[in-house]
Amino acid sequence: MIKPYDIALSDLAAGAGGTVVTLEGDPELRVRLLEFGFCPETRVRVVRRAPFGCPLEVEVGGSRFSLRAEAASSVRIRHG
Amino acid sequence: MAEPRARASSDARTIALLGNPNVGKTSLFNQLTGLRQKVGNYPGVTVERREGRLSAGIGDLSLIDLPGVNSLAARAPDEQVAVDVLAGTQAGVTRPDGVVVVIDASRPRRGLFLTSQVMELGLPTIVCLNMVDEARRDGAIVDAGELEEVLGLPVVGTVGTKVRGVRPLSEALSTGALGMPHEDRLVDVPGIQGLPSPSPERWARLREVVDAGDLADHEATTRYTWVRSVLDRVQSQRNATRGGSDRIDAVLLHPIVGPLAFLAVMGAVFQGVFALADAPIGWIESAVGACGQGVGSVMPDGLFSAFVVDGVIAGVGGVLVFLPQILILFFFIGLLEDSGYMTRAAFLVDRPMRAIGLSGRAFIPLLSSFACAVPGILATRSIEDRRERLITTMVAPLMTCSARLPVYSILIVAFIPQQTVLGFLGLQGLVMLGLYLFGMALGALAAFFIDRALRRAGLQSGILEMAPYRMPGVRSVVIRLWVRGSQFVKSAGTVILLMSIVVWGLMTFPRTEDVGDDPVARAEAQANTAAGRIGKFIEPAIEPLGYDWRIGIGLLGSLAAREVFVSTMNVVYAVEETEDEGATARGVGRAMDRARWDGSDRPVYDLATVLSLLVFYAIALQCLSTVAVVYRETGSVAWTVGQFAGLTALAWLCAWLTYIVAI
Repeated sequence: MIKPYDIALSDLAAGAGGTVVTLEGDPELRVRLLEFGFCPETRVRVVRRAPFGCPLEVEVGGSRFSLRAEAASSVRIRHG
Repeated sequence: MAEPRARASSDARTIALLGNPNVGKTSLFNQLTGLRQKVGNYPGVTVERREGRLSAGIGDLSLIDLPGVNSLAARAPDEQVAVDVLAGTQAGVTRPDGVVVVIDASRPRRGLFLTSQVMELGLPTIVCLNMVDEARRDGAIVDAGELEEVLGLPVVGTVGTKVRGVRPLSEALSTGALGMPHEDRLVDVPGIQGLPSPSPERWARLREVVDAGDLADHEATTRYTWVRSVLDRVQSQRNATRGGSDRIDAVLLHPIVGPLAFLAVMGAVFQGVFALADAPIGWIESAVGACGQGVGSVMPDGLFSAFVVDGVIAGVGGVLVFLPQILILFFFIGLLEDSGYMTRAAFLVDRPMRAIGLSGRAFIPLLSSFACAVPGILATRSIEDRRERLITTMVAPLMTCSARLPVYSILIVAFIPQQTVLGFLGLQGLVMLGLYLFGMALGALAAFFIDRALRRAGLQSGILEMAPYRMPGVRSVVIRLWVRGSQFVKSAGTVILLMSIVVWGLMTFPRTEDVGDDPVARAEAQANTAAGRIGKFIEPAIEPLGYDWRIGIGLLGSLAAREVFVSTMNVVYAVEETEDEGATARGVGRAMDRARWDGSDRPVYDLATVLSLLVFYAIALQCLSTVAVVYRETGSVAWTVGQFAGLTALAWLCAWLTYIVAI
């Protein structure tokens, strides 16, 4: 269930971060994201956005990834 | 480092290297094997197969460099190959005697995830913490002894970019210091019981249970929980800092400076492939010419001498002539990949490239194709997504390559009036620019439609790791160049040579004896060859485009290389060849201008025909070298033939439309 205080990783401004609550959307994409380390209870942070706003550079577990907005939108996080 | 818990037999013969992309695994492999490596493809898939023998006199040990993977759960072809090799089910590869899991010492999290998977396969294993020097510098300390304790496997630290830095690993491999994973160290996925002990059967059974129960999320999360517990024990410090790298990114990924820097870097790459290659190409051409002359002068005049000089030696030259561009391009790609800028470049242009169904990764291959599609298509190897690699390969020949320029310029200079438009734009230049834009637009359209047609052929996540910047290792870049160059000569080169000999044969046989140097006699002899006859035979097919059979010969000759059109026209129109290339070119232009349709006064080259011919050359895949490379890279006859037929049909259609509209 999506709780009202959960927002998508793709909605964060550059520099903002949060904690992964859950992943939703396409099952294959979900597993991919999990394999890259976007697991529940993990801290994530948007480092910056590319020109045109997409993709996002996201930090998780000490690594940084280039993540397209669609993929980032399936990562639900708790802000702060 | 602590003594490994278990030792495998020391007669291990084949060892596989496994790791995430971007952990420096290939540098490590290059460092260990040097030039003693073989690169090819796994049968049926476009996944690169790399094998090499370990240097430093360790005896009989061969290394397999597996494709970089994020997981062994096998959703992508690369992962499937990695699992199949490790399980011993990959055709043509015997099951390795052990596996090295390469982990980035600064960011061990994902590597440990992969380790937890490979441990289930029951192969003697050693964990390699790579780039320990960077990790130490950036304050990410992994306690290797403690990690050995937790995993129950031997652990070594390496610096894959330095000769001395890989010694701990080569020593461990030479003494056979690999450990068999213990069943009680494996990740216990709750809800899954009764699996066999570590073995390919266990892994296959686990995948079945996970797929049947829709437990993939659950499994991945459990593995990362395990990884966290391991890191809690072995990592006293926080994660690595990225101070230096962050400062570089602040500039290179800056909203305004970043794109400008990107353009500058790409401009340098393009200039390198386009201009730097010019001189070495000239040397190769004159060396081949001199070699042909030398051989021709010692051999008795005749058919065999013509075969050796014009067929074989010229054909070999036609292969070698690609090397400067390929080597220069791969030098730049090596620097960009190893330094970490390549993922930044992909990040910056991902959005615009997506509009046509590609990603930022496709940018450099397409850019290089403006110099030549051959190195461009070879460069698609740096695109991880298989489908995207295919689309890029299919549209690359539509980018205006330098071999089209002689054809364009001879037609434009001879037939497009030298007038200015809008007061300052030269019409000739505008036509040239138009042809470039036309190729790009068609390429974008083709990419868009192929992407549409291939949708759902596998979801691509488009996730790329942006690793910190790193100084590229000279040795690794040099080895890569050598491997790429020799691989091109060996695989695509042989096909190109064969095809160019066939084209030479068509252009030569049946032969008219004693032609001498008289241009008119040479023109008649040319008309009598197989190519001349084919030209006449296909005249009905190309007449709607406004071409007569002489242009047909030119089209056939172009198959060896597009610029051959010009020299074929020299022969066909009996132009006196002189030392002065400019004068010869003007001569061809005048001869074309005088050309008439057989049995009439109608000029062959009216404006409609010229425009139609320009359009035809902009689209048609008039280049057997490209066809050879596409075949080698895709490994698919269907795609190769489909591309050739598709582009030829499209060229015919567009040229026909141009002719009709212009006439």
